[in-house]
Amino acid sequence: MIRLTIDNKAIEVAEGTTVLDAAKMLNIEIPTLCHHPKLTPFGGCRLCIVEVKGVPRPLTSCTTPVSEGMEVATSTPALEDLRKTLLELILSDHPNDCMICEKAGDCTLQELAYFYGIRENRFEGERRIYEKKDGNPFIERDMGKCILCGRCVKVCDEIQGVGAIDFAYRGFKSKICPTFEKDLDCEFCGQCVAVCPTGALTGKMWQLRGRQKDINAIDTTCSYCGTGCNITLHVRNNKVVRVTSKENTWNEGWLCVKGRFGYSFINSPDRLKKPLIRIAPKESIKGSKGQSLKNSDTLTLGRSDTCDFSAIFREASWDEALDYIAAKLKEIKERSGADSIAGLSSARCTTEENYLFQKFIRAAVGTNNVDHCARL
Amino acid sequence: MTNSIREIEGMEVIFVIGSNTKETHPVIANRMLKALRKGTRLIVADPRKVPLVRFSEIFLRLKPGTDVALLNGMAHIILKEGLHNDEFINERTEGFEEWKKSIDPFTPQNASKITGIPAENIIKAAKLYGGSRKAGIFYTMGVTQHTHGTDNVNAIANLALLTGNIGREHTGINPLRGQNNVQGACDAGCLPNVYPGYQRVDMPMVKKKFEDTWGVQLSGKEGLKSTEMVESAFKGKLKALYILGENPMLTDPNIEHTRKALDKLEFMVVQDIFLTETAALADVVLPAACFAEKNGTFINTERKVHLVRKAVEPPGDAKEDSWIIAELSGRIGYPMKYSSSEEISEELGSVWPALSGISYSRISAGGIHWPCPTKDHPGTEYLYKAGFPRGKVSFTPVKYVPPAEVTDNDYPFILTTGRNLFQYHGGSMTRRVAPIEKHAGEPYVEINTEDAKKAGIKDGEKIKASSRRGQIEIKARVTDRVSSGVLFIPMHYSEAAANAITTDALDPHAKTPEFKVCAVKIEKIH
Repeated sequence: MIRLTIDNKAIEVAEGTTVLDAAKMLNIEIPTLCHHPKLTPFGGCRLCIVEVKGVPRPLTSCTTPVSEGMEVATSTPALEDLRKTLLELILSDHPNDCMICEKAGDCTLQELAYFYGIRENRFEGERRIYEKKDGNPFIERDMGKCILCGRCVKVCDEIQGVGAIDFAYRGFKSKICPTFEKDLDCEFCGQCVAVCPTGALTGKMWQLRGRQKDINAIDTTCSYCGTGCNITLHVRNNKVVRVTSKENTWNEGWLCVKGRFGYSFINSPDRLKKPLIRIAPKESIKGSKGQSLKNSDTLTLGRSDTCDFSAIFREASWDEALDYIAAKLKEIKERSGADSIAGLSSARCTTEENYLFQKFIRAAVGTNNVDHCARL
Repeated sequence: MTNSIREIEGMEVIFVIGSNTKETHPVIANRMLKALRKGTRLIVADPRKVPLVRFSEIFLRLKPGTDVALLNGMAHIILKEGLHNDEFINERTEGFEEWKKSIDPFTPQNASKITGIPAENIIKAAKLYGGSRKAGIFYTMGVTQHTHGTDNVNAIANLALLTGNIGREHTGINPLRGQNNVQGACDAGCLPNVYPGYQRVDMPMVKKKFEDTWGVQLSGKEGLKSTEMVESAFKGKLKALYILGENPMLTDPNIEHTRKALDKLEFMVVQDIFLTETAALADVVLPAACFAEKNGTFINTERKVHLVRKAVEPPGDAKEDSWIIAELSGRIGYPMKYSSSEEISEELGSVWPALSGISYSRISAGGIHWPCPTKDHPGTEYLYKAGFPRGKVSFTPVKYVPPAEVTDNDYPFILTTGRNLFQYHGGSMTRRVAPIEKHAGEPYVEINTEDAKKAGIKDGEKIKASSRRGQIEIKARVTDRVSSGVLFIPMHYSEAAANAITTDALDPHAKTPEFKVCAVKIEKIH
């Protein structure tokens, strides 16, 4: 164990711990932009600088390991002055458009500008202009807001193992882009969106759907594969408008393209809204133009915009639909026995619903003909 | 999974067979990558060069349907090299000597001949897996969706028993569940041979227990498995089917046959969130609430019970499935009264001790792994720490049997099916997500570069793929992801449904269809 003091507070930490992490253990806040606890340290933004006794110039605390007897100061007039200058330099090349930015209220850069009281900028000058719009359907890449912290590059490589983006060019021309500055074509997990500290990376689907302050966040579990990732549904006006995942849950905040972006089916106009009772023979399914639909035409089938199913089904009340089903099931059971009835449950539904369903089939209908899709 | 997902990080060796983890369980793959960065070594066995292969030390590209030969071949080498775990075999297993004899024919040369994998790679993989006492096996439907799927799973179990790679932290057998709550649906008893908690319906004691709990006489006769329901309907024996959130018209094999079978039903009810291909054939369609519109739990692939919370109201008159089921039950004379999903959960916990200790308040901040028998039990991250439930477990001799349908001159290609990264299963959800549809909305067949050249097929060209059961028109994606002689079609796309051509041959025990192997031919469209 290594003993050191940070802002005159003594602490003992394991060898290899960084000064930044040691300070965190003491609840001492050091501002950062490029640092992310789940990624390797980079030391790019320089905001986390600290003074170490005996070292002539400031050190970045995120890349400096602790050493025995170290005396660290995290906030001195000189350090705060440097930090403010660093922020001013970053902001000198950042569009001043927080009022229309998706990230406003949830932006680390905005937060730091607020704490350091930066309104005007001493370093007004040339700005980087990015004319290219990335045509991918998932991730909005507004590179004018990029501060080159490199979190996205690291998460893509270190966590996702993809390496779809990297730094290109040098100096003022530096930018983060896919190979040959093409449109992004990757796994679209959106990990980069999750770690971006500014509004440079956001989801295209949640543009203009409401900012953080208007949103009610509800923690739940993803409904796609069996991994069971924690997801947080962001709800506005009874609509899910965004999905995120918390860093401190077992999936560490990482999601896949389906978990992060595959939520808009919830509000699809195709959702079934009323019980339906068949009025036409099974062969007579027609498209909206009256054409006969083949069994394989299923993309059209069930799509409210292209398929008119009013000729096949009529809407019914719950009472009518349920009474009809109950009467049919009773009649079939009486005539052909309970084993002539079966139920196919759903691995998409909750455990409780599955329990009720098998109880219904076993106790109410009286057969063990119940299964679900585990085999498929 | 016998392990938890967390334990992946501490494994020395990860052996992935028949699982396209990076695309179908991406966040579990992230955990594997994290382990690899710490020095874990990875073996991938798959007929396709799936994305995870890029991270592997050894890639075993086997011919579809030859898993038993590979696994037994590995066992042969482990035995020959003396890498087996005598202590574990003596203390915790039985039938070793007899099983050992069954392995004799699987020399590296024979295994290589059957699987098409170079013998030296099988040897390397066997030494790597067998040489570790902290190795985990991961598999999915690439192992189970065969006419010998049960054999494949037994061969995997044999390998774990042989090396003692089970029952400790960071080592075990890990089937990855493909749907959010397959685990929960199984646990809750939506299986024809068992009540909730895997308690057999044909055991009078168990039946009595459930009769007492539910206050009604129950049937002691094992029911029909899903694939058998279709057959029974086809034969006219099954008269009525009540389907909850499933779409067999896209996800069952041999769609034309499924359609004929469902058409013969006298009465079919489908309860879903969309008018699926199956719902379009129903007599009554009931509108259900989706996951964001209700409370409850999902149990994930590592047996961890997670809370599902209601975030929005269902659209129109759509109702939660639990409300619909209870209403219907009352109307056929068996009233169900529950005031909340938690009350249902408590009833399940009362009939199955593995869930007895779990309450909604306990899992509100994070899930708990079952078994969790008491309110102060922390849950069980890995299984069989204190031994196997029935004492010693047996080695199961497994023979290599070719797939039900093999290639011939008329149908020279092997078709294998599965999911891709972007779409999900039958697609009723993801195909209604605009960006996903824009990016991955078109069906395709993966065909090897050499095969495409020989047939004069260009990348992006629409071709005809057919089997003895049906045909589809589909765009060719020329790629070396598949090896020569193998085609892959993702299952999601109804307009070119892979299951129009798959075979409905079943595993004799599990009744799982052989989605991973059937014989097809391809033709240019003129």
